Amino acid sequence: MIELQEVYKKYPNGVTAVNGIDVRINQGEFVYVVGPSGAGKSTFIKMMYREEVPTSGTIMMNGVNLAKLKMKKVPLFRRNLGVVFQDFKLLPTLTVYENVAFALEVIEAQPKYIKKRVMEVLDLVNLKHKIKMLPSELSGGEQQRVSIARSIVNSPKVVIADEPTGNLDPDTSWEIMKIFEEINERGTTVVMATHNREIVNTLRHRVIAIEGGKIVRDEQKGDYGYEN
Amino acid sequence: MMSRKVITVMKIRTIGRHARESIKSIGRNGWMTFASVSAVTVTLILVGVFFVIMMNLNRVAETIEEDVQIRVHIDVAANKQDQQALKSEIEKIPEVKSVKFSPKEQELKDLVQSLGEEGKAFKLFEQDNPLNDVFIVKTKKPTDTMKVAKQIEKDNFVAKVKYGQGKVEKLFKFIKASRNVGIVLIIGLFFTAIFLISNTIKITIIARRREIKIMRLVGATNNFIRWPFFLEGLWLGILGSILPIILIAIAYYRAYDYIGPKLQGTFIKVLPFDPFVYQVSGILILMGALIGVWGSVMSVRKFLKV
Repeated sequence: MIELQEVYKKYPNGVTAVNGIDVRINQGEFVYVVGPSGAGKSTFIKMMYREEVPTSGTIMMNGVNLAKLKMKKVPLFRRNLGVVFQDFKLLPTLTVYENVAFALEVIEAQPKYIKKRVMEVLDLVNLKHKIKMLPSELSGGEQQRVSIARSIVNSPKVVIADEPTGNLDPDTSWEIMKIFEEINERGTTVVMATHNREIVNTLRHRVIAIEGGKIVRDEQKGDYGYEN
Repeated sequence: MMSRKVITVMKIRTIGRHARESIKSIGRNGWMTFASVSAVTVTLILVGVFFVIMMNLNRVAETIEEDVQIRVHIDVAANKQDQQALKSEIEKIPEVKSVKFSPKEQELKDLVQSLGEEGKAFKLFEQDNPLNDVFIVKTKKPTDTMKVAKQIEKDNFVAKVKYGQGKVEKLFKFIKASRNVGIVLIIGLFFTAIFLISNTIKITIIARRREIKIMRLVGATNNFIRWPFFLEGLWLGILGSILPIILIAIAYYRAYDYIGPKLQGTFIKVLPFDPFVYQVSGILILMGALIGVWGSVMSVRKFLKV
């Protein structure tokens, strides 16, 4: 469960990116976060994986208050969370297999388990046949699938995605969304910031719209609500 | 969810992983590795050559210093017992290393020999030797010569004390100055080396800050991230010290072969190949490793605060 209470974020340069957000997301929900550029969407997402810390307020995530989480405990927290980015953020020198295995090596899992689990998730994203390739040898959609596989390899309860289809063509975007749907059906919470109108309006889920650092709309099975 | 115990003790498997990872990374970052290793190599060659020269100059200075001795001319009025008393008096001075008695017959022989052909004229004196018996005194530290000489002068039955007054003081001053200059230069070179190399390594790591950020994002602890870089720095430093060691060993071997025979018979001695070159090699490896590790650890630190 994710719960934000009176969350404010003011940057040192004086910009207030988040201006009082209260929201509650239950386990297993699929939530789109929409809004124009510069509305505070990105900051909102970044606070969820503790890249940014709120100036005030509390962010409870699976019983941990991220606003007060010590630097030393951040790695531990992130192990229970999957994050997917617009630019994939794969390690360019590692193969597909190594990129996914990396998230498990970090937590010092058993080598046998790593092998089994990595193959499992690569099967889920349909990349079992490309495990020895480098990210540079893959298409954008394939790279994003690797990054999704990496985000769920730890079996996290929550996956945060920041414009995961932003760099992809429409066909590939649908493929990626199918995978997120599947992950969500298995009980994982998905919070996704997106600009993709078609996806939001077709695959209906809860929509949270942010403008001027505030939530201006929050509806179940809502629509995108903006002209692209 | 957060209840999973923090693993504080690194598993052996993980150490193995870090070692493998650091070696792989050297291959993957080919050009960066080359740049870092070259920087280490060039600076260590400079440091190494300079160090070898300094150490040998120091050795030469030492041999010159060791040559300095105090000659105590014993008063002709002194009998055997007086001489013995004087000897033990001198031996009591804590700075004194050895006292050797040289009878006046020996002194005359030495003198005649040192003058060569002309010296033969002095042979006449063999019947009536005008020279004194002499104690040859050596001090533990050459720089104590002056002090000891002054002290001996006050003793009974001392006719004259000679140690090359004036010249010795100048020599010691010169040696001391050149040693200080050498130490300053070595320290300066050492820091230049650290600066150069850590900068090169910093550039290679800045190129990989994305990598570090991703590691943080998937939940790697700072220690986990730091270890492969630490080891990589170590390998880079050691790799960088190989060529300097080989070059210096060959050059020293050749130089020793060439200069050694020419110095035969003189009091100047250079440091022998064995063990000196091995010692220098050890120092260079250690320096390379230290600089490599230090450079990479310092550079990674900046990127661990994401």
